[in-house]
Amino acid sequence: MSDPTEEIPEVDYVEGTGIPIRGNDIDTDQIIPARFMKVVTFDGLGQFSFFDQRFDDEDNEKDHPMNEDRFKEASLMVVNNNFGCGSSREHAPQALMRWGIDAIIGEGFAEIFAGNCLALGIPTVTADHETINALQQWVDDNPDGEIEVDVAAETVRYGSNEISVSVDDAQRQALVEGIWDTTALMKANQNAIQQTADSLPYL
Amino acid sequence: MSDGTLYDKVWEKHKVTELPNGQDQLFVGLHLIHEVTSPQAFGMLRERDIEVARPDLTLATVDHIVPTADQSRPYTDDAAENMMSELEANVRDAGIDFLDPTTGDQGIVHVVGPEQGLTQPGKTIVCGDSHTSTHGAFGALAFGIGTSQIRDVLATQTIAMEKQKVRKIQVDGELGDGVEAKDIILEIIRRLGTEGGVGYVYEYAGEAIENLGMEGRMSICNMSIEGGARAGYVNPDETTFEWLEQTDYFQDNPEEFEKLKPYWESIQSDDDAEYDDVVHIDASELEPVVTWGTTPGQGIGINDPIPAPEDLAEDKQDTARRAQKHMRVEPGETMNGYEIDVAFLGSCTNARLPDLRRAARIVEGRQVDEDVRAMVVPGSQRVQRAAEEEGLKDTFEEAGFEWRNAGCSMCLGMNEDQLEGDEACASSSNRNFIGRQGSKDGRTVLMNPRMVAAAAVTGEVTDVRDLKEVNLA
Ligand code: SF4
Repeated sequence: MSDPTEEIPEVDYVEGTGIPIRGNDIDTDQIIPARFMKVVTFDGLGQFSFFDQRFDDEDNEKDHPMNEDRFKEASLMVVNNNFGCGSSREHAPQALMRWGIDAIIGEGFAEIFAGNCLALGIPTVTADHETINALQQWVDDNPDGEIEVDVAAETVRYGSNEISVSVDDAQRQALVEGIWDTTALMKANQNAIQQTADSLPYL
Repeated sequence: MSDGTLYDKVWEKHKVTELPNGQDQLFVGLHLIHEVTSPQAFGMLRERDIEVARPDLTLATVDHIVPTADQSRPYTDDAAENMMSELEANVRDAGIDFLDPTTGDQGIVHVVGPEQGLTQPGKTIVCGDSHTSTHGAFGALAFGIGTSQIRDVLATQTIAMEKQKVRKIQVDGELGDGVEAKDIILEIIRRLGTEGGVGYVYEYAGEAIENLGMEGRMSICNMSIEGGARAGYVNPDETTFEWLEQTDYFQDNPEEFEKLKPYWESIQSDDDAEYDDVVHIDASELEPVVTWGTTPGQGIGINDPIPAPEDLAEDKQDTARRAQKHMRVEPGETMNGYEIDVAFLGSCTNARLPDLRRAARIVEGRQVDEDVRAMVVPGSQRVQRAAEEEGLKDTFEEAGFEWRNAGCSMCLGMNEDQLEGDEACASSSNRNFIGRQGSKDGRTVLMNPRMVAAAAVTGEVTDVRDLKEVNLA
């Protein structure tokens, strides 16, 4: 039997530049407004991330980090507390991922949102208020500065700093061992699937 | 831990292996898909360059967005047209059978699966739709699933799940005249609460359940999810087998029927099966149940007083207060006499042929109240044809009902059939959440189909048993 985890990338380490999104209790309706959900794929959702925060009624750009050129290449979002609360829509992390986000560092995340992120292989790591504030400030001052998230070691390195962060135990295990993707995990069991199918009287 | 129940047996038969994350991998015998929840999953598959594993075990229909009046293409609603075209492309590419409206077999996913003879005892059935629990009426294990899980099933024909506990709901005694399956399930949800079933699968058993036809059993299993249970089922019996035998599928394959019957019997719960919980309900005590609030658990006998919030459990009080404000009802009143503007006879809970028949007998020779908009939306094209052939359409139209084409329609107002403003609706559907029927101020009162018929003709929520010379047979 092949190793079931072989095809699933292990997400033990993520690096890239950062983008700060400030504010507590940012709900999934803000991350992706409901009207963009009457769609047939998640494919084009990235451009609608934080749409109502980024554009006014006439579609003119408003002040928002995601509109700033210096953050266009960012892949690590730095957020505050209770990020992703509200509706359980999977569209929210899908939109952020499609905008280019690979990991989110914050003070805290809503449980379902974090679960939905995990299903996409996006780590959600946490640290206290002061630590996050300092990181957001550093990202503002160093939009091209590399940030490294070590999921296994639960650390984040940026500039000359290294901070400790927390990753939920189950999430860390799933990401580090590469068992977060149920599709790949189950696809690896082809033989066993076929055996079960063969044993069913109605097939 | 349950042991020897249908749930345990069917789970074991379909278990592929235990996954490293602790969940079980289960084989899926039938995957039903519709236009709203499947396209994103197909998109994810394309992104990873994965093919649909078992198109032969997948069946598609279109129901949520389909217009029920003018169905000519392209649909006037661009978003609806877009979703329909996407589904058409996806099923064509993957080689999946699609019961589109041109086949004459289209309908609500939970109506067409059984009609096609594909919903069978001892099968695992999934669909990206919470009311998939309906199929449990046949003794199938049927679960509603989310987008990532649809992707899993398309890619592997399996699903990752944790096993749940089993609660047996024993419904003894006989139902009185005018009381039916819908009232049993509304009563169960009222008693156990909308969260009472979390962590459980419900097994419905007892004399009152055994006496029900398949349609009544489907109405009950359909609403398991409103009681918080992930699935509900009834052990298959002669009623089940007779129903299956007359489907096209088994008419065409009679030897298949004989072959499978022993399997179906083998997965029935053992007499000495162990359950994690057992609840008893006396069917003979029930009255027609209607909802007074904005969750399916806020139900009450038609002649019982609406409860005062302070008399309810503490965690229910706030919701009750808000619900009573929204519905504009007062504690101590009954729902009997509550004025309605719309009567909706439809949905996967109650839009099958026997539902329409019973309701037709109520409206026969009567007229819909002049202030009421009333519509019948059959659950499927097959139901629609059969009803037209036996004259039910004429009965409804003569009484002043609109007769529509099959679909979900006003159950959730995703097509043009919606409540307007603060209209109140007597509805045979399963959810009375605020905004559910398309208007955020709309008011939904859930009830059985004959009660909807009675409300349509009187213009207010009415005890159908009080109508003069009414045929409750
Ligand atoms: S009829 Fe209503 S509950 Fe049933 S599948 Fe359609 S929208 Fe869902």
